[in-house]
Amino acid sequence: MSARQHQTEAQPSMLHPELCASDDPDAIVRDGRRLDHAEGASKPLRPKPEKQPRGALIRGNRPVNQAEAAARFIAAPEHEKMHDERLWDLRQKRDREMHGIPEWEELRSLASAIKEHTLAHLDTYLEEFEVHATATGVHVHWARDAAEHNRIVHGILRDHGARSLIKSKSMLTEECGFRHYMASVGIDVIETDLGERIQQLDNEDPSHVVVPAVHKLRTDVAQVFARTLDTDPDNSDVHYLAERQREANRPLILAADAGMTGANFAVAETGTFAVCTNEGNADLSANVPKLHIASIGIEKVIPRLEHLAVFIRLLSRSALGSPITQYTSHFRGPRAGGEMHVVLVDNGRSERLGMAEFWTSLKCIRCGACMNTCPVYRRSGGLSYGATYSGPIGLIIDPTFNARKYSNLPFASTLNGSCSNVCPVKINIHEQIYAWRRVLVERHEVPLAKKAAMKAAGALLSRPAAYRAAIAAADTALAHLPRFVVYNGLNAWGKHREVPHPPKQTFHSWYQANRGARS
Amino acid sequence: MHIGLFIPCYIDAFFPDVGIATLELLERLGHDVEYPRDQTCCGQPMANSGFNAECADTEALFVRNFSGFDCIVAPSGSCVHHVRDKFDALEQTPAVTAVRARTYELVEFLHDIVKVDAFPWARFPHRVGLHNSCGTLRGLKHAAPSELHEPFFSKPMDLLSKVAGIEFVTPARPDECCGFGGTFSVFEEGVSAKMGRDKVSDHARAGAEYIVSADSSCLMHQQGCAERIGVPIKFIHIAQILNGASA
Repeated sequence: MSARQHQTEAQPSMLHPELCASDDPDAIVRDGRRLDHAEGASKPLRPKPEKQPRGALIRGNRPVNQAEAAARFIAAPEHEKMHDERLWDLRQKRDREMHGIPEWEELRSLASAIKEHTLAHLDTYLEEFEVHATATGVHVHWARDAAEHNRIVHGILRDHGARSLIKSKSMLTEECGFRHYMASVGIDVIETDLGERIQQLDNEDPSHVVVPAVHKLRTDVAQVFARTLDTDPDNSDVHYLAERQREANRPLILAADAGMTGANFAVAETGTFAVCTNEGNADLSANVPKLHIASIGIEKVIPRLEHLAVFIRLLSRSALGSPITQYTSHFRGPRAGGEMHVVLVDNGRSERLGMAEFWTSLKCIRCGACMNTCPVYRRSGGLSYGATYSGPIGLIIDPTFNARKYSNLPFASTLNGSCSNVCPVKINIHEQIYAWRRVLVERHEVPLAKKAAMKAAGALLSRPAAYRAAIAAADTALAHLPRFVVYNGLNAWGKHREVPHPPKQTFHSWYQANRGARS
Repeated sequence: MHIGLFIPCYIDAFFPDVGIATLELLERLGHDVEYPRDQTCCGQPMANSGFNAECADTEALFVRNFSGFDCIVAPSGSCVHHVRDKFDALEQTPAVTAVRARTYELVEFLHDIVKVDAFPWARFPHRVGLHNSCGTLRGLKHAAPSELHEPFFSKPMDLLSKVAGIEFVTPARPDECCGFGGTFSVFEEGVSAKMGRDKVSDHARAGAEYIVSADSSCLMHQQGCAERIGVPIKFIHIAQILNGASA
């Protein structure tokens, strides 16, 4: 077996193809093994790697321009191609796993029903969770919003004199702006999920709920680590980069004063919760320090332990196309000599629960399947949405936080419906996107020019005679306009596409001429 | 059957041949087809943009034009999806609900209602890639979408299989949206056009000479993208093939 073959076959199929670098022609191989330390992987001069496109420009409360950021992402073809193919690969793996489960659609229906039932009796199940968790020795706190969550956690840390906190990935803490808050009160937060750590070091938000740095090429990571971990900026070998990160992070983990996790599911009847990861980093975060704080959104509760099986079967299959996450850790109370706190966070969820058209978005288990399948997301990058949640689920959740700032997002969709079909808890995502457009128009959160155009269209299309006159004119115009007028910068259709070839006559006039006598 | 022929606005303006093929095909099958002259549009462009109130007059006009037919047939999946599954700017009177329930897209009309078993006049000796628009695939359920665990079926494929000489090719991502999306195509033209380029390239790599679809809007967008980047692929509406177009 040649060294090349050996190298290829040794790669676990779940590794990011970009991270595998199996096609790296410059890798130095000795005795059938690739040399991955800095010297072994040093390369001759190569063209400068493509620069990472950054996310949406955030200007206070002004509407995020997702289209502008997406266009910049597409203008970086190496990034766009990798991102699209990587996430499409996850979708295909998800499909394969789905076909291995004959009762897949039944499972989805069951998961949806359990979530809808729980949400309809959320107060009861949350109180049940609190009673049982308290009985196991857990301190349960309730946080109305992000600020209260951050204050509660800060209070716990202060009581213990904690100066550093290791944490596993949590979208809820992203919602709460937790890291920024902790920085402002002088507590070091260290992310233990590799992708999330990359994003933290780059001072960038996660771009995906499951694979937070999926928009980055390994050359981007090399730049970030060179800046923050003093690695060789020209060495983008993944083994080298991962090892250096591990060497830098492990001492911080071992020395941390407190640990934090989120939770994927909280079980009411037992007062326990489960955390699913692929790196085992939640276990490090929860078990290395004596103090464990878990931040849990109130929608994460499920009634019974047996329900967990339904969700565990769906979660990783939908997310990554693997049968189960590498680690599914059940936390059942504080360790001997340790302390465990659970912070149950509302942060807008109760208000969402009261929205007739949008409450079922609370069923979401944050698997990211809707992002992986979304053709717009794959070509835009998660940071183009300029919000905590990106992709299809983001389009329907983000406006509940700030309808003005995220007023463009529900329009960043073709309404193709693939998201709803892959959703393991059967959220009708694309129908909610459609419904949000109506709500935003009713609340006057759309540009006036668009409103004027739509009003004019509505008036024209309801008046047959005026419409006929306009169509004839448009036809004539299209046939005679020179290309530079049609293809100027203001013409959104013509920028990247040819306009349709105008026919000699409309169907209407053909019918008049050929079938006119009949009616 | 007395059929009201619904020719959506962009087919009327840009693809009259699709309207003619639909009319001729329905007539060949022995139906009494009438094209109400005052028709304009179903209201979908405004509705998809969130402007539902602005649809009310257009929808009312649609109901006036198409009341009284046994069936209303259109060669456009997304418009039919709008009429049947959305179309709620008006009070839902019996007249409105009757028109909505009787509106069919051409493929489902041929496949489910008249159950055509042969197109003896049709011959299309070409390699074609089928493009199911999202409105037909996931809205009207013309075929089994790849995301769901259900047995494979495809109504357009069933019909096209009855055409002599036709050969199908399968792109790598057959169900991927082409990026048209109505006003999305101009609101988010960058992503829209990229999706279109990827779609036509996928079909070209699979060896398609033609992309065939039940939606001219998708084809209009894809054709624009293909011409711009120089992908030598042709576009044809399913009505044209079923009506006997040879190229």
